[in-house]
Amino acid sequence: MTFPILPEQASKVAEQTDNLYWGLLCISAAVCLIVFVPMACFLFKYRNGKPADRTPLHLPELKIELTWTLVPLLIFMCFYVWGAQNYFQVERPPPNALNIDVVGKQWMWKVQHPEGNREIDELHVPLGRMVKLTMTSEDVIHDLYLPAFRIKQDVVPGRYTTEWFKAAKLGSYHLFCSEYCGTSHSLMVGHVIVLTPAEYQAWLTKGQPGSTLAQSGENLFRELGCSGCHVGKSVVRAPPLEGLFGKPVPLSDREVVTADEGYLRDSILYPAKQIVAGYTNDMPSFRGKVSEEELLQIIAYIKSLGSQTPVREQ
Amino acid sequence: MAEAHESLAEQFDDMPQQLEASTLGMWTFLATEILFFGALFLSYIIYRHTYPEAFAEAGRQVKILHGTVNTALLLTSSLTMSFAIHAAQKGRNRPLLGFLFLTMFLGCCFLAVKGLEYKSDIDEHLVPGAHFAHELPVQGQIFWFLYWLMTGVHSLHLVAGIGVLAVIAWLAWRRRFSERYHNPVIISGLYWHFVDVIWVWLYALFYLINRHA
Amino acid sequence: MNATLPQTNTSEIPAPPRRLLTYFEEGGHTLGSWLLTTDHKRIGILYLYSIVFFFTIAAIAAALMRMELVTPSGDMVTSETYNKLFTIHGATMVWFFLIPSIPSVLGNFVVPLMIGARDLAFPRLNLLSWYLFNLGGLLAIYSIAFGGVDTGWTFYEPYSSAFSNTHVVTMVAGIFIAGFSSILTGLNFIVSIHTLRAPGMTWFKLPLFLWSTYATSIILVLATPVLAMTLVLVAAEKIWGVGIFDPRLGGDPVLFQHMFWFYSHPAVYIMILPGMGVVSEVIPCFSRKPIFGYHFVAFSSVAIALLGFFVWGHHMFVSSQSVYSALVFSMASYLVAVPSAIKVFNWTMTLYRGRIYLDTPMLYALGFIGLFMMGGLTGLFLAALGFNVHVHGTYFVVAHFHYIMVGGMVTGFLAGLHYWWPKITGRLYPESLGRLAALIIFIGFNITFFPQYVVGYLGMPRRYHAYAPEFQLYNVMSSAGASILGVGYLLPLIYLIWSLKHGKKAPPNPWKATGLEWQTPSPPPKHNFAQTPIVTQEPYQYSPEIEEELVHG
Repeated sequence: MTFPILPEQASKVAEQTDNLYWGLLCISAAVCLIVFVPMACFLFKYRNGKPADRTPLHLPELKIELTWTLVPLLIFMCFYVWGAQNYFQVERPPPNALNIDVVGKQWMWKVQHPEGNREIDELHVPLGRMVKLTMTSEDVIHDLYLPAFRIKQDVVPGRYTTEWFKAAKLGSYHLFCSEYCGTSHSLMVGHVIVLTPAEYQAWLTKGQPGSTLAQSGENLFRELGCSGCHVGKSVVRAPPLEGLFGKPVPLSDREVVTADEGYLRDSILYPAKQIVAGYTNDMPSFRGKVSEEELLQIIAYIKSLGSQTPVREQ
Repeated sequence: MAEAHESLAEQFDDMPQQLEASTLGMWTFLATEILFFGALFLSYIIYRHTYPEAFAEAGRQVKILHGTVNTALLLTSSLTMSFAIHAAQKGRNRPLLGFLFLTMFLGCCFLAVKGLEYKSDIDEHLVPGAHFAHELPVQGQIFWFLYWLMTGVHSLHLVAGIGVLAVIAWLAWRRRFSERYHNPVIISGLYWHFVDVIWVWLYALFYLINRHA
Repeated sequence: MNATLPQTNTSEIPAPPRRLLTYFEEGGHTLGSWLLTTDHKRIGILYLYSIVFFFTIAAIAAALMRMELVTPSGDMVTSETYNKLFTIHGATMVWFFLIPSIPSVLGNFVVPLMIGARDLAFPRLNLLSWYLFNLGGLLAIYSIAFGGVDTGWTFYEPYSSAFSNTHVVTMVAGIFIAGFSSILTGLNFIVSIHTLRAPGMTWFKLPLFLWSTYATSIILVLATPVLAMTLVLVAAEKIWGVGIFDPRLGGDPVLFQHMFWFYSHPAVYIMILPGMGVVSEVIPCFSRKPIFGYHFVAFSSVAIALLGFFVWGHHMFVSSQSVYSALVFSMASYLVAVPSAIKVFNWTMTLYRGRIYLDTPMLYALGFIGLFMMGGLTGLFLAALGFNVHVHGTYFVVAHFHYIMVGGMVTGFLAGLHYWWPKITGRLYPESLGRLAALIIFIGFNITFFPQYVVGYLGMPRRYHAYAPEFQLYNVMSSAGASILGVGYLLPLIYLIWSLKHGKKAPPNPWKATGLEWQTPSPPPKHNFAQTPIVTQEPYQYSPEIEEELVHG
């Protein structure tokens, strides 16, 4: 048995979170001192039977009350800002990160690397590189939790969520599911394995995937018949996909949305939901015809058709 | 100075206190009810916003004639309920009974029309599930799920309201109300009006929005 | 003897008989006299029986879980059983013990006494709410006994509707029905406090327990219906396979979380405000001083109740809600901590220059302050967004809310139960055993739950049947503490029952306390007061200079 106090610190974010933790611990200790020391003194000094001056004082009640209303409020607001800063950093994936797709299902994690490598309950990543996980679930809500990097994010069926980290230390770290997902929830665990960039390359090659993610997507694109309409000279008029990813798309109801992963996903599964301006609703739904992993492959293919980093607006 | 009255419960000092307590009790209960329906209205608004096209298309299948007739019936019943309260305040027992029965009758008519509407909805496969009308978008099921749930819960409230009025009418028959004591009539009137108001919202949300397209 | 001696109001009320029968004696000792009673005091006692029963079930589930968690490999029960255990524990503790504990037991008993009324405004509704509570409880017991439920007390979608094969529907129905019991109880308190106050009992002469009960009732009335409807939606989705949360039909499972927490976060305040109310009664009484900052303590209860409605999103910082709404919810969570802090400072200040008696209720009240502080401060940790991302869904959260709900509410409940026990039963409990139990509970509680903060920060997720070996030490400590805590809870159960027959007879006012409930015999007569009391003084008119002989000396 060991007696650890902190989990391993394997990224800058982990360090920042720990700093916040120490900050909060300090202020809590201070508050405890401020309350418990006088309390203990009062309990001792004014206990029945002890002689003490008990004549009521007329204290400036309002001033005292306002002091201990406003001072804590001020301190709280400091921690609010501190916590919010960290959160913004954790929640917003940086551009140009290495994108790895994760699909959760009861009770395993399925991982797809852009080079086509796949793994289950393990996640190999290179040291010192931003890694962005694009995640979804096949069934219930899961949550991908990496304690060593102090990050977690719910993995929700029907949408893509992301989380990112930059490993600063080699090694193998816990990967937990931290949203209750049924019988074997506690077995939906795995490891993140941080390799040096060279080792990572070697690991990728050793896996010998037949095709990259985008190539698998392209094959699906043909097999499912998408190419029949979405490729240049087809008879049916469908919006072209080249350079689409990350661009704003005007819709028929005069709204404009950004073509991110979620938009592509919805357009494949629920084509009628958002119709591109100038087109009619002719596309069949592929709901139930493609798996979550295949969807991610198709999206990887569309991304590969000339992309631009999605600009987050609002 | 309070006078003893047979209808004064032992925990109260006098009749005005009892009326104040029961009125406040009913209003508090209605606050609960508003949040009870509120959860459904919230869901409706969120999904209407998420899937405007699907909701508009699904919404066009709703029977506006039935809805409009029912709105007229319920609004009229609120009027007759008000007359009943007025009669109770004046201590006129026969008009009180008459208006109570009229109110209950209008409520029953509402339920009958609603039943007919449900029947034709079922015939047109507008029940969410495996047999849901195929020509409608998938998210139309959410619209129809909320339609059945919200109008169903409302109808249950109406049934409860008719039950309450039946009890009130029975008490009136036994000549329990007078110019001085008619709290229960006022309280049940509050409830009845509330059920009406909910319907007005349902009518607007399910029957009227996006009819033009 | 006492500061707020009521003046009699002879002109309006007929002269009382010489000795009033107690509420036990009047109406007889038959089963029917209890099951058909509309007396708020008897109903309070009926509730006490019910919640002790449900507490026992939930505590057994907790004990089994702690036994399982002694070893990391998950080798005592299967994971299915374990999942059912924590669901039983959570759902039963929350809905069938904590929420009704202080409001329905102590509140029912003392609210009419404290406002100087003969009963609550709607006595029959009160009895109905007890029956609804038990009907709901029966359904919950049914689902536990015939297979259990494995969704966790939160019933997260789409797991609860589309994937769980357990008795979700009956469990949900049980909670739905018990919810109406909560609503009716809250409604009764609101109306009673508004309309049945004794002459002269203005709002700012109300004891603080009533302010907190009033605030609690607002939450009960306004939040519970949202949960009720949300659970209807879950049940409908489960039964018919269609609904609005299933992502396969375009539904949004996160909407369920919003609706669930819109109730369940305010519900957290249902589970702490009444405890604060009890402490606000006990602290002045046992330090023989008026409470410091009455108005601030009173309004902080209302502030907590209102602000509590706007913080639900802090349960969902990692659920993919927008970062901007997370900002708002985080800010609101910090704001709602301020009124709690105000209360703690005021209680501490009340001790200053007081005359302190460390009787059992006081020990529990002090324990409450300590444990609640720990829970509240870690609440500030959790409200910090960046920190929350790491500890959300870990044992850190488990430790936090147990400090609030068990350390706070259960300790507050025990404080109140001991404080009003002489009034309720007419008997005194054995004081030395009482103090011993308070101490054991305080120590056992900390050994049980403090290690969970550490193991949570280390990254151990909650609801794990088997866990990584490096977490074992803390789990063993926790389980060891739980056995101490178990002894601590068993003690009051035994000596309180013992005191019913063998305890010394209690005088009307054993603590020389102010407050109308102490102006009537112990136990009180059926209609509480021989004559309607008239209130002329501020509450808590204690004077620390005078040495009082309290009942235990």
